[in-house]
Amino acid sequence: METAIFLIFAALALGSALMVVTHKSPVYATMSLVVTLFSLAVMFVLLGAPFIGALQVLVYAGAIVVLFLFVLMLLNISKEEHQQEGQTVHRWVALLGAGAFIGLVVPLLYRAAQPRNAGVLTEQFVSIREFARDLFGRYLLQFEIVGLLLLVAVVAATVVARKPPAAPSGAPGADSPVSEVEP
Amino acid sequence: MSLPNSVPVSWFLVLAALLFAIGVAGALTRRNGIGIFLSIELMLNAANVALVGYSRLLGERTGQIMVLFVMAVAAAEAAVGLGLFIAVYRQRRTIDVNRLNLMRW
Amino acid sequence: MQFELLATAAKMALMLGIFILGVAPIMLWVERRMSAFIQDRPGPNRLGPLGLVQGVADAVKFMFKEDVTPAGADKPLYLMAPALALIPALSTYVVIPFGPDLTVSGKTVPMIVSTGSAGVLIFLALSSLGVYSLITAGYASNNKFSLLGGIRASAQLISYELALTVAVLAALIPAGSFYLPDVVAYQQKHLWMVIPQAIGFLVFLIAMFAETNRLPFDLPEAESELIAGFHTEYGAMRFATFFMGEYISMTALSMLAVTLYFGGWTLPWVHLTGWLGAIVGLAVLFGKVSLFMLFYVWVRWTFPRFRYDQLMRLGWKVLLPLAILNFLAVAVATLAGWFPGVG
Repeated sequence: METAIFLIFAALALGSALMVVTHKSPVYATMSLVVTLFSLAVMFVLLGAPFIGALQVLVYAGAIVVLFLFVLMLLNISKEEHQQEGQTVHRWVALLGAGAFIGLVVPLLYRAAQPRNAGVLTEQFVSIREFARDLFGRYLLQFEIVGLLLLVAVVAATVVARKPPAAPSGAPGADSPVSEVEP
Repeated sequence: MSLPNSVPVSWFLVLAALLFAIGVAGALTRRNGIGIFLSIELMLNAANVALVGYSRLLGERTGQIMVLFVMAVAAAEAAVGLGLFIAVYRQRRTIDVNRLNLMRW
Repeated sequence: MQFELLATAAKMALMLGIFILGVAPIMLWVERRMSAFIQDRPGPNRLGPLGLVQGVADAVKFMFKEDVTPAGADKPLYLMAPALALIPALSTYVVIPFGPDLTVSGKTVPMIVSTGSAGVLIFLALSSLGVYSLITAGYASNNKFSLLGGIRASAQLISYELALTVAVLAALIPAGSFYLPDVVAYQQKHLWMVIPQAIGFLVFLIAMFAETNRLPFDLPEAESELIAGFHTEYGAMRFATFFMGEYISMTALSMLAVTLYFGGWTLPWVHLTGWLGAIVGLAVLFGKVSLFMLFYVWVRWTFPRFRYDQLMRLGWKVLLPLAILNFLAVAVATLAGWFPGVG
């Protein structure tokens, strides 16, 4: 039963990941990313991390990707433009690189994880209480640092994305949705 | 909720590697800035799957906690990166990375 | 294994039938009669006794009206958006408990569809996916007003989701678990969470209205503002789907509010067990949720609408700090031992 779930959602994740990197329209690519993230959340639950799975949907699929969509719509970014010269070589190099990576890493990972048995999932491993105990106990310093990082990111994003103060004479036209819509 | 281990962890790791490779190919190939960003998010997620996989294999919860931090960092990076995109778009009216070449030699 | 599957299917069918599918027609009628009552006019009273057949007439109209797709609309996304509105609505009810544990042929069957320990998190995660239907509808309609409406609606939803989540977390602290039956058991043993956490409940209530795009927070779909906001270009059945999705998400959030703050399916000082207890518990849950839905309708026809900047200011500058302060207060109170029965 679990194998079936794994195979279905792994296929879904890989398929939508391919859509993410190949589809011409950025909006479709973003929606495919949502499907990928959701499938990966299922993977996390299968691996005994339901908290992480729920957080993946809540944070990643429910907020970060929405941010992507916001920016896409505000900037009114339509489909990608036509292929330029040099693009085909680019593509083959990238594919070759990815293929080499797969060929090197995949057998390594497979063999590395093989002989060891993962053991039975215990209630203790899955429990959120124990997770919180680890997070606020052993890793408290890292937790606080990440909080600081998020604060810095909020300030930085606000400063970087806001409208420039007094527009000089060479400013872009006022017909852009970016300068008008400030949600 | 004691589930038997019917799916070997190595399968999850292989999935993570494949996803990472797809992400790398996308990051190198896409011309749309947002497309590159999406590929980067894909790579981060692949790393997350590998982390949780190893956490399961070793019976330690460290991997899961790292995943939490990775998600937070990804959120921060997405926010600032998209802010940069907005700023760049204001100036140059495009986010096609082939055209954002002011700093090229 | 077979037994568990059967039990889960039965529970899902029960919850779906009563709370999800039964809601839309009832609410349609309730909304129109109650709004008429508040506005001192009769309301639908021509079709059937008390206008009860009005819902059937509306359904027939929706089914036979022509579904026009705007030219230049992004077809796949346009068609997908109403369906996306239903996904969170149809999946969040699985973590709500609706009765005491039953013993059927020697096995204990908890009256909740999903027994995962991350209950409330799953609810929040799935309801946060509701933003996508708004964004895709606004984007795919090839209409500037829809786009603006969609962006505003999703910004509103995300902003109030924060306050909602923090308020929910504060309500969970005394019970000490994400699993909703634990929260209900705590409230049965001690007191309804709304009493010590009135401010948290107030924040939750306001955020609840904003999350479901209901007045006074329905600027994105207001009739006098952006035509009809993100669902301007949707007619007939698709519009009905959006409508249904809105009512169902209202029901889901009301169920969460009842379970977190008002004791869920339990009655104070009454210990419900066995099959009779399960039936009574279901009826009690239904009754409490109905009260919330009535409150929804009441508020809709009483208050004027928030302007968009007022809305955002309320969400970020008032509700979020209040929610965080409430969280802090509850945390301090729990550490100081003022919450009864906290271990």
